[in-house]
Amino acid sequence: MSDRIWIMRDYIRCSGCRRCEIVCSLSHEGKIWPEASRIRIFAPFPGLEVPHLCAQCDDYPCVKACPADALSVDEKTGAVIVNKEKCTGCGVCIESCPGKIPYIHPTENYAVICDLCGGKPKCVEVCAEAGYNALRLTDDPGIHKKVHAVEPEVIAKDLAVNLFGEKGEEVI
Amino acid sequence: MPHGYAGRFLEVDLTREKIEETKIPEEILYQYFGGRGLAAKVLWDRLGKRWSSVDPLGPENILTVLTGPLTGFHPGSRICISGKSPLSNGIVGATASTEFAVELKCAGYDGIFITGKASSPVYLLITDDGCEIMDASHIWGKTCEETIKILNAEVKRTLAERKPRIGLWREPSMVYIGPAGENLVRTAAVLTKLVHAAGYGGYGAVMGSKNLKAIVAKGRGPLPDTAAPKTVEILLNEYHKRLISKTRTRQWGTGYAGYSVGANSSSEPVRNWQEEWHDEKSIAGPRYSARFWVKPYWADFNCTLSCMKISCIKSGRWKGDITDMPDYELEAYCGTNLGIFNPEDNVHMSALVDNLGLSGINAANTMGFAAELYQRGILTKEDLGFELKWGDAEAFTKLANLIVKREKIGDILAEGTYRAALKISEMKGVDVMQYAVHVKGIEVGAHGIRSDKDFHDIYYAANVQGGDHTSPAADPSPKDAGVWTELNAAFADSAVFCMFTVVPDLVWELTYAVTGWRITEEKWCREQGRRIITLQRVLLLLGGPDIFWTPEKDDDNPKRFYEPLPTGPYKGKAAEKTVVERKKKEYYKAMGWDERGIPKEEELKRLGLEDVEEEVRKLRRH
Repeated sequence: MSDRIWIMRDYIRCSGCRRCEIVCSLSHEGKIWPEASRIRIFAPFPGLEVPHLCAQCDDYPCVKACPADALSVDEKTGAVIVNKEKCTGCGVCIESCPGKIPYIHPTENYAVICDLCGGKPKCVEVCAEAGYNALRLTDDPGIHKKVHAVEPEVIAKDLAVNLFGEKGEEVI
Repeated sequence: MPHGYAGRFLEVDLTREKIEETKIPEEILYQYFGGRGLAAKVLWDRLGKRWSSVDPLGPENILTVLTGPLTGFHPGSRICISGKSPLSNGIVGATASTEFAVELKCAGYDGIFITGKASSPVYLLITDDGCEIMDASHIWGKTCEETIKILNAEVKRTLAERKPRIGLWREPSMVYIGPAGENLVRTAAVLTKLVHAAGYGGYGAVMGSKNLKAIVAKGRGPLPDTAAPKTVEILLNEYHKRLISKTRTRQWGTGYAGYSVGANSSSEPVRNWQEEWHDEKSIAGPRYSARFWVKPYWADFNCTLSCMKISCIKSGRWKGDITDMPDYELEAYCGTNLGIFNPEDNVHMSALVDNLGLSGINAANTMGFAAELYQRGILTKEDLGFELKWGDAEAFTKLANLIVKREKIGDILAEGTYRAALKISEMKGVDVMQYAVHVKGIEVGAHGIRSDKDFHDIYYAANVQGGDHTSPAADPSPKDAGVWTELNAAFADSAVFCMFTVVPDLVWELTYAVTGWRITEEKWCREQGRRIITLQRVLLLLGGPDIFWTPEKDDDNPKRFYEPLPTGPYKGKAAEKTVVERKKKEYYKAMGWDERGIPKEEELKRLGLEDVEEEVRKLRRH
């Protein structure tokens, strides 16, 4: 278990530069392709940028729910690995995810989930390089992983009040 | 199709509710790139022969919404809005940073050409499946913040209903107008994100004239293929290293200039340019960051410079106002130029003009003009309905609303500073043109020329975009390294990316890696750049229908710039007419234009603009 990693997310520090999406899609798709990035930055209102990516819940509800046996857990990193050949794009993993994090690839019929780049996530590297540190790596996330499996709008609504005070209650 | 382009353009006729897809030949793209350059070409081709009779606010004007080949690849993605300008009657390439440009390319389109006028308010929805005209009657009249909120939710819902099984849909991105554009205020901006404005040119009014409230895009495809993908990746990594090393810009954006430009270079508008100097240290830096910045590093797509900062007022009478820093331009125009030296009021005024859909430079210039007329007793309480004293943010709030609603004197001020000056001169029987700080109908940016320490001589006087500070005119032949001129601006605005993120020794390499076109700066400045500026020059001088410019009279600075600076370290300095005249002649000559600044036949031929010659001949006879 000691090799396992987890990406901590500090929403308020996300600048919205989207370089995480750029390096993620370049690495996984060979193209700059924001809508095929394993991490996606939502922004229900400008300024309320919310990084949305797999939280690797301890009980892995998506893996359990997959009817095609297409999802497995990477022993080394703890990431959810999608078997593209087996995946039918049925969307059951999306429904079973408390944060609705997986999505169906824009041009192919399989679910897209963060694979932690095999242990060295590129999104974390570029976020650190820029000094934003909205994404950081830890080997011991503790028990709070699942609380990050939340729909981005829920987080954005809280973020709105944090940033804009009372006005924040009405922007989303 | 060359690399870097999605390959398709949308043609939208709002009158006939007709939408088509077109392609543009590679040769044209090579000559004009995209954005500002391509807008000039398309506007010339389609409207050039009857340019003088085209009403910028009539249905035949073409609103162009264009990306360029570097959009998305070069840090700082922008969209370029253009068309015949209701301020200058020429064309301006007005750009704003936004993910909208990326969404458009990812949906498979390089840009949109919009003609006609919808019979009722509409917005355009662009997705991978094409472009649709949607009803916007429920958002007509809404402020910018309300518009973003409603369209974000509505479009996300629509897309999710259409394709429910793919998972969560992300928010789309959009360009939109506020009430100012709807009411055809000539200084209305086209806005995007929050407070990101394509301000110069008055294209918010052009959108309004077409009953077009917004254009919303969501593309699920990749950015287009590039000529050398690996090189693009390597160059981008280097680009980001350089941007990340710019500590000062990353920390302050342009917000430090509110003091330094005012105090050091003495070139900041103060009370409608009656002065350009102040020593008020409250109008920059820590008074903003410590009190208002709720997001000190805010960035646009593929940009690690994060020069934007979100400000929010959380207490007091302006509670709930949200804007950016403000950036230097609005620190000046919504601050010192209105006699406002209180950061709270400055943040408020910036948030207000943006939320109403005004251009914070142009419309606030007009407000300063009105306040000087009030100071001089030319405009009165009867004209306004209230007193308009320098520094009174309550009064300027009322004035902004008068302009947007076109009520009382606001109806005249909504015509922009130059046209308002013409009308008020007539109405009051006093010549007020000396207080109108504009060039060719476009209010000048917040960088004065009198101290000669910031902007200079003919930066505005000979500028094809009038008072636009982002595209200063200067003799192209000596080309000092590091000096930003209209030829650089024409590149950034046509390849369409942000001028703050340019890394001079990498940008042409990136252009080559993305497009496959080997172009050097020297080549650009001799060919494409000159072609674009020359074509813009011709369209500007063709002008009309309400106002025509003549080089002898109008290739000049605002009258105010010839008055000596009354205060500060450069007290007594003013623009010098003889210098301006000399520089103009040198500039015309270097551009291949005649002694009046009309492009010569052989230069038009060299640039492949032979088809423009016939119209230009009319200008030569003029």
